[in-house]
Amino acid sequence: MKTVFKKPESLTDAKFHYCPGCSHGIIHRLIAECLDELKIREQTIGICPVGCSVLAYEYFNCDMLEAAHGRAPAIATAMKRLLPDRYLFTYQGDGDLASIGMGEIVHASLRGEKITVIFVNNTLYGMTGGQMAPTTLLGQVTTTSPYGRSKDWEGYPAKMAELLAQNEGSAYICRTAVNDPPNVVKTKRAIKKALQTQARGLGFSMVEVLSTCPTNWGLSPVEAMKWVEENMIPYYPLGEFKVKEE
Amino acid sequence: MARGRVIFLAERCKACGLCVEFCPKNILVFDDHTINVLGFHPVMLLQPDECTGCGICGLMCPDLVIQVERE
Amino acid sequence: MKKVLMKGNEALAEGALIAGCRGFFGYPITPSSEIAEYMARKLPKIGGAFIQAESELAAINMIYGGSSTGTRVMTASSGPGISLKQEGISFISEAELPCLIVNVSRGGPGLGGIQPSQADYFQATRGGGHGDYRIIVLAPSSSQEMMDLAILAFELADKYRTPVMIMAEGTLGNLMEPVIVREAVTEFLDKPWATTGCVGRKPNVINTLHLSQEELEGRNRHLTEKYKMISKNEKRAESFLLDDAEIVVVAFGLLARIIKKSVMEARKKGVKAGLIRPVTLWPFPDEHIQAVSRTARTILSVEINMGQMVEDIRLAAGGKIPVEFYGRIGFTPNPEEITRQLLFIAEREGLL
Repeated sequence: MKTVFKKPESLTDAKFHYCPGCSHGIIHRLIAECLDELKIREQTIGICPVGCSVLAYEYFNCDMLEAAHGRAPAIATAMKRLLPDRYLFTYQGDGDLASIGMGEIVHASLRGEKITVIFVNNTLYGMTGGQMAPTTLLGQVTTTSPYGRSKDWEGYPAKMAELLAQNEGSAYICRTAVNDPPNVVKTKRAIKKALQTQARGLGFSMVEVLSTCPTNWGLSPVEAMKWVEENMIPYYPLGEFKVKEE
Repeated sequence: MARGRVIFLAERCKACGLCVEFCPKNILVFDDHTINVLGFHPVMLLQPDECTGCGICGLMCPDLVIQVERE
Repeated sequence: MKKVLMKGNEALAEGALIAGCRGFFGYPITPSSEIAEYMARKLPKIGGAFIQAESELAAINMIYGGSSTGTRVMTASSGPGISLKQEGISFISEAELPCLIVNVSRGGPGLGGIQPSQADYFQATRGGGHGDYRIIVLAPSSSQEMMDLAILAFELADKYRTPVMIMAEGTLGNLMEPVIVREAVTEFLDKPWATTGCVGRKPNVINTLHLSQEELEGRNRHLTEKYKMISKNEKRAESFLLDDAEIVVVAFGLLARIIKKSVMEARKKGVKAGLIRPVTLWPFPDEHIQAVSRTARTILSVEINMGQMVEDIRLAAGGKIPVEFYGRIGFTPNPEEITRQLLFIAEREGLL
């Protein structure tokens, strides 16, 4: 028998602190598998956000930094400019990237920074207990949109992949999901393509991953995966929004 | 005869059930007789002979519980 | 020995390059912008990185990232911009990342004005952002010192793994003076903690999150020990005509240089005046104050603010001697104004 599936070398042995069924674990593993397969673990520096994945520096087996809320793209920018032969990735949630860090992400993309952003969209603030995020869907109930998000009061959810794809500096922008096995496989393919885009020096790359938060959604892990398919994917369509070839 | 083998790191399992849900052979269940250090009934293989080693359980597991081997 | 006529801001920028600074990340603001402009011209030619950031928040986080690579990096700003940078400075202090932060000060609060100011003294010397920390603060008084203290700042920053701030009045940044250009620094400390990719070693982590009480307290105790060490080793001040001084002026920056003339004028009129010029605002040179509080009759703190450093002087004097204050806003007093003040005190105290 040969091993066909095991923990990648680019992850440490630490147990994830995430809630049962939370997709962060899957996404962490996919990134680590890409680092393993591209053989770039020792050349990679990761930057984690403020949010549920704040402790990601304990899980990735490469050089890691912990950023202030929303500022990971600025940190990655300076590091990539000073270490151009290294791979820089940021790992950011929707509050981190699309709310408080909106300025940093847009300008990193506009400058065409040769970094890779993994953007985990689960439609709310998980760590602080399920408050509304810029990505919360219309009608969705959170602790700070207790009557459901309304277009007239809270406004519309942010489509970050579409927004950033417009920028000339963006070289690869893709939205995927991890709600079923085929989409998990596609997500890994997208992450690898984003890192290869960085390797080729084509510009800014981002993979937006539609993720789950069973705890704050009040659903079982299996129900949460179905919720992604039924509610998120219709508003946040999957696919590649920008692919620059040279 | 089993074509695949699944090894569980039961102490990491949070019983989220994603592997149980997505197993194409429906041969994974929670082990009601065991409680792991995290306080969950960890997943177990009910019919080892049926396993094809497809790896989907490992693919969907968020907690690196599962290692899969195949012939 | 090369002597060049330079603006204070340019002398500071050149000093940073001499010290091996290879990354500048900033956002324009008067009266500090010449530093960014100088770096924008020079850094690309020597393999360095210059980025005009989208905001002060981004700029200070670029410093966090840049310093994490082990490179000597700096930013420059002024009051309102330094306020925006405070979150980042708190993170950088806790992550123990060396860097230079320059505050070419202007008056506040709020948008204030672009006239010279020393009103950011409290912000600079108390840490400035959230949490228990201090940063080293240097106060130059000439274009030459803008260069020399920039070089010293990088040395101290690396030695103690801490941000170092240079705080200068806007007037000093824009004053043109001959400067002796120093030799390039060639010796640098190793930085085994830097996050540069873990080739052949275990991964490094740069982090400021400490969730357990024990770990958080341990980190704070570690930082406090470091600050004690800095306080012990790095206090600096210039003493001027203190031997027989009965009235001692304490002032820093360009203002202190102007007050030297006031002191000499007062002496011509029979007042035994002297001057202490703190070069490090933190750590504050309290031993200098303690020494004169045993010998002088009174201390006068002169500042371009409404009375900030005077509190540190009173703490150091410990009630042994009266400490008075004279301040202006948005304006550097001319020597005669301070001479008059010295004569007034001398007459009142019966020292004439």
